[in-house]
Amino acid sequence: MTINKPLTTLGMVAVLATSMPAMARDTIQIAGSSTILPFSSIAAEEFGHAFSQYRTPVVGSGGTGGGLRQFCQGLGMNTLDIASASRPIKDSEIQACNERNVKQILEVRLGYDGIVFASRADQAGFALNAGHVFAATAAQVVRDGQPVDNPYTKWSQIDPALPDQDIVLVIPAANHGTREVFEETLLKRGCQSAGVPQTLSADEQAGFCTKVRNDGRVIEVAGDYTETLTRLQVQPEAVGVFGLNFYEQNRDRLQVASIDGVVPSLDSVGDGSYPVSRPLFFYVKGEHLDAVPGLADFVEYFLADSVSGYGSPLEEAGLIPLGDDERAEILDSFKQRKAVR
Amino acid sequence: MNKQPLSSGLSERDMVRSRLAKTLRRRHARERRFRLAGVVSVGLALACVLLLFGSILQRGLPAFWQSSIQLPIYFDPEIIRVDAAPQPLPDEPPVEFQRRQLEWQGQLARSNWQRLLTLGVQQLYPEQQIQPRHAQALFTRAVQHQLREMFAADPGLLGQTLELSLLADANVDVWLRGKIDRSLPDAQQQLAAPVRALADQLQADGHIKLKFASALFGNADSRSSPASAGLLGAFVGSLYMLAVVLLVAVPVGVGAAIYLEEFAPKSRWIDLIEVNINNLAAVPSIVFGLLGAALFINWFRLPMSAPLVGGLVLSLMALPTVIIATRAALQAVPGTIRQAALAMGASRTQAVFHHVLPLALPGVLTGAILAVAQSLGETAPLLLIGMNAFVANVPASPLDQSSALSVQIFLWQGHELRNFFEARTAAAIIVLLSLMISLNAVAIYLRKRLENKWS
Repeated sequence: MTINKPLTTLGMVAVLATSMPAMARDTIQIAGSSTILPFSSIAAEEFGHAFSQYRTPVVGSGGTGGGLRQFCQGLGMNTLDIASASRPIKDSEIQACNERNVKQILEVRLGYDGIVFASRADQAGFALNAGHVFAATAAQVVRDGQPVDNPYTKWSQIDPALPDQDIVLVIPAANHGTREVFEETLLKRGCQSAGVPQTLSADEQAGFCTKVRNDGRVIEVAGDYTETLTRLQVQPEAVGVFGLNFYEQNRDRLQVASIDGVVPSLDSVGDGSYPVSRPLFFYVKGEHLDAVPGLADFVEYFLADSVSGYGSPLEEAGLIPLGDDERAEILDSFKQRKAVR
Repeated sequence: MNKQPLSSGLSERDMVRSRLAKTLRRRHARERRFRLAGVVSVGLALACVLLLFGSILQRGLPAFWQSSIQLPIYFDPEIIRVDAAPQPLPDEPPVEFQRRQLEWQGQLARSNWQRLLTLGVQQLYPEQQIQPRHAQALFTRAVQHQLREMFAADPGLLGQTLELSLLADANVDVWLRGKIDRSLPDAQQQLAAPVRALADQLQADGHIKLKFASALFGNADSRSSPASAGLLGAFVGSLYMLAVVLLVAVPVGVGAAIYLEEFAPKSRWIDLIEVNINNLAAVPSIVFGLLGAALFINWFRLPMSAPLVGGLVLSLMALPTVIIATRAALQAVPGTIRQAALAMGASRTQAVFHHVLPLALPGVLTGAILAVAQSLGETAPLLLIGMNAFVANVPASPLDQSSALSVQIFLWQGHELRNFFEARTAAAIIVLLSLMISLNAVAIYLRKRLENKWS
């Protein structure tokens, strides 16, 4: 009966295929913010070296929004254990999580990151403030109390102190957590200082402040910072938005703009004097802590002072460390498994 | 018909001849123009390919060599403070021995291996006051793990001095090879001035040499130690996917093609299926990725980033191509072969499997290998099933998380350390292209070897 042989093998393969999901996973799975990707990858690798009994965690990207969406797909071995996020989780996302039985979401703050504006090293330097950025980015600006289409085409028209060159701004698209920080800390602030037309309702005011011009002077990039850098290589007059850590690694090609007179650096972001910074988060799935070996150990390892503190490999890679008290508090609330709401 | 009145002294015959000569000239000119256009387009295509290959080779080949630092390392018992390596006791349960071994590994992990490196550098130049952090900056981070693993494999090294060749940090490599403008001011340099001076000095004294980048082939990807990032993990992941595609797409595709071509009754349904298979071959690969993510991961609950899932998605993609190629090969077998077999009393199955299929085999194999090779270079569908994750391990089975060669190129292309990874990315492209070319060479070899036995 030779005909039975392939059938039996096929059957075995089918049994194997159906029994696989039941198998426990022994690798921690992380995905999310591309800003955090380098940090979590380095921590994952060092974790693998430090704890020989665990496998090295696997780190994916996909942006903060994409990571949280995957995270909230439910429980089980084919879902994420940790979503990394460069902004706090939204209420709508918590709700989506809860609907899929992900109820114990543990928020862990990892450190801080600065968002910088940089132009090509061989071009003019910039000294910006929130008002400049709003005037260069917004779809409409206020003239005599009335909203009008953005008339600025050169930086020098916004402020004579700025370089006399065309406005081309490369900013992250809405899939990046960076975009939200950009809107909150620069556009809304610049918009308020410029004066919002009072004829608009509250909702319309928020929309007015964050609506970006679409005449080709603002380019939204959905990919990573390398794509932004490539844009700058093609369009020499462009100014790009980067993470501080990306800028630090490419200082030979980029020069950074100061904001409100403060030049971004590990120090100025760390002490809070540079205004455009944001906290970085891990969202850990509490339900997986017992099922996935090493998950709690990995989070605690990441929070250790020797891993993410001053003088640590992660600080070297551009992560701005937590303060000592803050670190102790976060570690404590993680150990107590304090979930978000 | 419409004869012209003879205006000059030419005969009618001469007129016809001159008209013929004129059209002939026109036709010849048209042919010359066409040939010229052909030569120009072939030339253009060649120039594009040469430009592409030239630029990739020019950028990627240097990355096959990288800076290594050669220096004696003393395994100082003052620094490596560990107990003797645990030996299995006669009546000790394996669990207990494992626990003691883990404990010993923990002791090793807590020893300061970087200190061995800094002492090694400081001893080369005892007269200089080299700061430990400057000496450390010379080496890529994986070096300390390398020392630890060497020691764990052979604890007898304690107290000995070994002449070792250790990988330099990525930024040191960039500096020494002039990939960063050496005239830039300190603020724009990646390395501190003392580290740059130290690196230059070591190179001048022959301690830093360019060696073949075995890390590129022997290691999986690395983020904490960019200089030792390699392709092995991605390569093994790609091999697993290749195996899955060979095991799934080829048998299913060939089987489907044989049925459709040799057995299926001619009906409207079969026509409809045929049209749809042809349409399927033209579906963009990203669609297969979405399908794969929905089907295999959300529904079958297979793990993310696994080569098994990647292979299944690529199989879906390769299937129509395999079917079309196989059918073409079967059609090329003369009908007389089938008729002869049937006339000798063979059943239809026997006629197909004993006579038609063996003759069609070269075409089937070529089509299958080309389809597999093409799917192997695919990136977009793999991104959607999470194969763009950072994986620091070499996958041990098709169910382990892994990357793929094409995705690794994508990941390195986006690495923030541009100066180092631009060359590394081009090197990865060279490796992927070589794999493709060798697969195609196999296809050509098989076709030449097995070609038309019936003619």
